[in-house]
Amino acid sequence: MEISDSSSRILAGLLEARTGQQLTMNRRWRLETALSSLMRERRIASIDELITILVMGKEPSLAGRVVEALLNNETYFFRDRAPFDLIARAALPQLQQRHASSKRIKIWSAGCSTGQEVYSLAMLFAEEPLKWAGWTIDILGTDVSDAVVGRARSGTYSQFEVQRGLGIAQMIKWFEETPDGWRAVEGLRKTVRFQVHNLLEAPPHPGDFDIVLCRNVLLYLNAETREKAFERLASAMAPGGWLMLGAGETVIGQTRKLTADKDARGLYVLTSNAEQADRRVA
Amino acid sequence: MKTCLIVDDSKVIRKVARHILETLEFSVEEAGDGKEALERCEHAMPDVVLLDWNMPVMSGMEFLKLLRQRGHSDQPKVVFCTTENDMAHIRAALEAGADEYVMKPFDRETLHIKLQLVGVA
Ligand SMILES: C[S@@+](CC[C@H](N)C(=O)[O-])C[C@H]1O[C@@H](n2cnc3c(N)ncnc32)[C@H](O)[C@@H]1O
Repeated sequence: MEISDSSSRILAGLLEARTGQQLTMNRRWRLETALSSLMRERRIASIDELITILVMGKEPSLAGRVVEALLNNETYFFRDRAPFDLIARAALPQLQQRHASSKRIKIWSAGCSTGQEVYSLAMLFAEEPLKWAGWTIDILGTDVSDAVVGRARSGTYSQFEVQRGLGIAQMIKWFEETPDGWRAVEGLRKTVRFQVHNLLEAPPHPGDFDIVLCRNVLLYLNAETREKAFERLASAMAPGGWLMLGAGETVIGQTRKLTADKDARGLYVLTSNAEQADRRVA
Repeated sequence: MKTCLIVDDSKVIRKVARHILETLEFSVEEAGDGKEALERCEHAMPDVVLLDWNMPVMSGMEFLKLLRQRGHSDQPKVVFCTTENDMAHIRAALEAGADEYVMKPFDRETLHIKLQLVGVA
């Protein structure tokens, strides 16, 4: 079925207003598929009928569900691998020294989807129990979508999901078979927590996070919204903390607040005030 | 170019796996059971074997045990690729000397990462 331009504009507008995400062409062509299970569940016969209900505001919860259905939640364990090696190699040894007395490390995964990124980080610590004995590791995953946060919290994955990105030894070490799927073991779950949060709003704990990950989330934001999102991510970082983006994403030319870490390619640090002033003049 | 031997009694599965492997730039050989696979390995050791569990003539497990017993220095990596998806099967495969384990269904991405993990891709 053809979706009229006006309908697809309304859906795109709703998505962008709620999340900053622009509807890519690729998605625009698949609106029907993306929305089909929601429409079936609510017994809505056509996109036009859906739009009518949305516009008339008859079912307030529906808009949220539509937005969730339009978001791209693609993720898998240790996505791209190298970033996790970089964190283990470049960031964690420094944090171990920096926080030797408080023995606390805080990490935020913004736009965590169903949680694979968060559990991958948890595995980095869990794989070295001696090194991190006595430490409090707090890994927070947030996402604008209620549905994915719920799934992340359950820590339960289908057979297809659980083996995407994980080696078999890792899988059987950190996941157990349950009637609902493969569930992350207690040892992993105790270091992670999840909450619903929109990146267009103030960060959960300002100035507190040693590492902030925001990978494959900001790609489809318009330039202005993206700059604001970078500012919010920067304001969540502890002094000396790092930001990590997805493969192919960068802060360069997008915000003054963040600079590439000279010692660790792929990580970004807060720009010092002096440097920020310099750049403004330049 | 790395070589991969696909061992599966299903022609369809071999075809699908071959397709994925060729896009990953492997040169692909096929065998329909463990016995044929062993013969192929005698003739020329592949870099990696993609191995099904249940096959007529010689099962994946029997093949793996015999292969590992030969103690060649050029032992291939072995990735079980099967519908036997419970912990008991997985553990048995690892104990018998499998390097990785992929549960069907899987996609190209999953297989690619597994091949990277065993060091052949
Ligand atoms: C493609 S997934 C990336 C998941 C993971 N970070 C990764 O790289 O594998 C992007 C996630 O960002 C979330 N997202 C999109 N816009 C958001 C916003 N404004 N605030 C918070 N999360 C958002 C989506 O719901 C989706 O789950």
